[in-house]
Amino acid sequence: MSTRREASGGAHLPSGDWPEHMSSLAEEASDARLKAFYEAFCMKPDTPMEEVPMVAMDFETTGLEPDQHSIVSIGLVPFTLNRIRLAEARHWVVRPQLPLHQTSVTIHGITHTDIEEAPDLGDILDELLPALAGRIPVVHYRAIERPFLDVALQWRLKEGIDFPVIDTMAIEAHLHPDRNPTRWQRLWGKKPVSIRLADSRLRYNLPHYPGHNALIDAIGTAELLQAQVRHHFGPDTPVRDLWL
Amino acid sequence: MQAELIDIRNHLQQHAPFNGLPDEALDRVAGSIEIAYFRAGEKILELGQTNTDLHYIRSGAAELYRRSGELYNRLGEGEIFGQIGLLMGRQVRFPATALEDTLVYLIPYPVFQDLFDNHDVFADFVEVEDKSRLRQAVTRADQTNDSMTAKVSRLISRQPVTAPSTVRLQEAARIMTDNRVSSLLLVEGSGDDEGNLVGIITDRDLRTRAVADALPSETPVADIMSPDLITIRPDALVFEAMLQMLHNNVHHLPVIEKGKPRGVVALSDIVKYESQNSLYVVSNIHRQPDVKGLKAISEEVRNSFIRMVSEDANSHMIGSAMAGIGRSFTQRLLELGEEKLGPPPVPYCFLALGSMARDEQLIVTDQDNAMVLDDSFNPAEHDEYFLALAKFVSDGLAECGYTYCSGDIMATNPKWRQPLKVWKEYFTDWIDNPKAEALLNSNIFFDLDGVYGEERYAEALKELIAEKAQNSQRFLALLARNALNRTPPLGFFRQFVMEEDGKQQKTFNLKRRGTAPVSDLIRVHALACGSRAQNSFDRLQDIGKTRLLPEDGVGNLRDAMEFIAIVRIRHQALAMEDGREPDNNVRPEDLSPFERSHLKDAFQVVSQAQKFLRYRYNAQIPR
Repeated sequence: MSTRREASGGAHLPSGDWPEHMSSLAEEASDARLKAFYEAFCMKPDTPMEEVPMVAMDFETTGLEPDQHSIVSIGLVPFTLNRIRLAEARHWVVRPQLPLHQTSVTIHGITHTDIEEAPDLGDILDELLPALAGRIPVVHYRAIERPFLDVALQWRLKEGIDFPVIDTMAIEAHLHPDRNPTRWQRLWGKKPVSIRLADSRLRYNLPHYPGHNALIDAIGTAELLQAQVRHHFGPDTPVRDLWL
Repeated sequence: MQAELIDIRNHLQQHAPFNGLPDEALDRVAGSIEIAYFRAGEKILELGQTNTDLHYIRSGAAELYRRSGELYNRLGEGEIFGQIGLLMGRQVRFPATALEDTLVYLIPYPVFQDLFDNHDVFADFVEVEDKSRLRQAVTRADQTNDSMTAKVSRLISRQPVTAPSTVRLQEAARIMTDNRVSSLLLVEGSGDDEGNLVGIITDRDLRTRAVADALPSETPVADIMSPDLITIRPDALVFEAMLQMLHNNVHHLPVIEKGKPRGVVALSDIVKYESQNSLYVVSNIHRQPDVKGLKAISEEVRNSFIRMVSEDANSHMIGSAMAGIGRSFTQRLLELGEEKLGPPPVPYCFLALGSMARDEQLIVTDQDNAMVLDDSFNPAEHDEYFLALAKFVSDGLAECGYTYCSGDIMATNPKWRQPLKVWKEYFTDWIDNPKAEALLNSNIFFDLDGVYGEERYAEALKELIAEKAQNSQRFLALLARNALNRTPPLGFFRQFVMEEDGKQQKTFNLKRRGTAPVSDLIRVHALACGSRAQNSFDRLQDIGKTRLLPEDGVGNLRDAMEFIAIVRIRHQALAMEDGREPDNNVRPEDLSPFERSHLKDAFQVVSQAQKFLRYRYNAQIPR
């Protein structure tokens, strides 16, 4: 399955094919939890965004390469276009398989003790997978969460995972195709348009969240998607236009 | 709450009413929030819809409307809406629209209800009645002010020292020395009347009336005692005692209960109580030998103003003290003028008008005055004198910081320097043949007070006004109409003042848009009920005895007046402390969140009171 993993651009799968793909994965899956996850998928490509149950997801990792780095924390918040429900938000710190290098990215607010006492990702699957089931995960930059989870499951269950995601960063990239000014434009003072989460949020008058952790970034991603759909697509947009 | 939600919690914690909640309650709120995003122009709440959440603006801005479609409020980051509907059957009362792209945190009804039931700070804030919130603010301010609540009885430290009025001077002096008092109460009578107070003598009387005139020591004290007693009740407020002294320029007040003396309050007692205060300034004013001296003192007026503000005096007290000081300047200038020009050829009364007459004077003020002359006044013979006197006083007041009246309402204007009979004609004409335009300019004459000379002339005019005004519906209607010329703003939005039509200003005048509209409308009701009081609070008291205003109307207006006035006062004091020239223009960013929210409430009270005024006196809005 990791063969289908791509960097950041391009489609993961032709957009209308997701339901069929998910049901065949349900048949192939041998782990009961994965099977249940796939079977819970019941979205049609034409479902309007307004009716799509989603879950914003953010991982903090020790680096950017799924094959070399590990997940350190996971933040989830279920939401719809109309409501983000903090009461059902979840946050886990998990023990990385690979040791935290001195050189690896700083993980905000997570101490070494937290990590030493944290469960293995395998131990939280019973909670994580049901929290994702029946919802479309929404991420900011799809080269992280889906591939990292895929690799992590390969390691532990000897089978990976796949699912459609909505990528708020890809939406921003789509909205700003000319975000990198040419050398001439730069000469005239044109600035590149940043599509990072914090910068994208500013364009929608969304607040700055000073803290950095997987949960607040997941919430930030959910808010960003609400704003993007309200500004550029509308509640009737079929989910097929946005899932990747 | 997940610890990772700390950003959300911290934001709540910076804003009322959440800033008053304990940590556990805040955690519960943050953990229960639902978030929704609205594009600019999108409807957030629609009229009649069921609303199940308290709305908290995390970023952006929203506008609330009345049922009629009128703009009700504009809210920004950290402000809440939807609470009124939640408290009243969960129906949307004020529909809301996003003014900008807006992120709203929604706090579900059960959590709201829990906060409302268990946290008074929260309940007080979201309470349906804005007015009750204002009442709390005003009461809280009053409680911190000792001299407002302290009673005269608290200043009485000993039994009164008395003597029969038949006692001789030497004996009186001995009694005072033995008892170490600076005043002696003189009593008369027998049986039931025993101990009735008939007079008082003080150290100063002994000095100036006895020793200076070398009276024999056997002279009865009755010969030099002050028989026109100014007394005070033990349950009067300390500050009322201070005002009595200010007003009458005396230093001792016998305290009388049921006709019998209970003690004496001396100026020094109050001074001890109030450390330095305006009484010093007043006594100083009366000691100045010339205009130059008076001018030098005017700096002290500002200090005493600032001090009263820092001691949390209320607006009534400060306004009275400042008016008392203004009167003293006027009185002293008239004395100096008479010294220079000789005694007046006919009796006269010098009138204070406007804020000084109302006992509502502040620092930034111009002079509004007039002269009522005796009916035997003959212009050819006498006017040269009175013009010179008026000019002396007016110039002197200008030197002391009371700028000339731009509308020329001063005794230097021959029109406002007339015999009593002409003044009676003026008022009769204003009341019997009212014209809107003319009334606009003569409004100020309906707040009048005699400050010097034949004060009975001023009383005669007050009498005439009180009798005539209440019977002239047309006069009251026009006066009411004029009182509607100046309206309060709707409220505040970020660093702006918001008008009813939604327009925004950077600054607003707290006198023109705040205290003036209130005193204007109080004046109309006061005249309608035949009140002779001049001070707005006193007038409200008279109005309260009638059924002129709906229930609680008086209390609400009093609170609104007090709050707006005290914000204006603080604003001026702050400017002076910063070395700036005080004025009445306020920028919303200079206001504390407390002041902003309560000013908004106060404006609302004024606005409603104006609507009632229009209805009550059938006054059409000009425009």
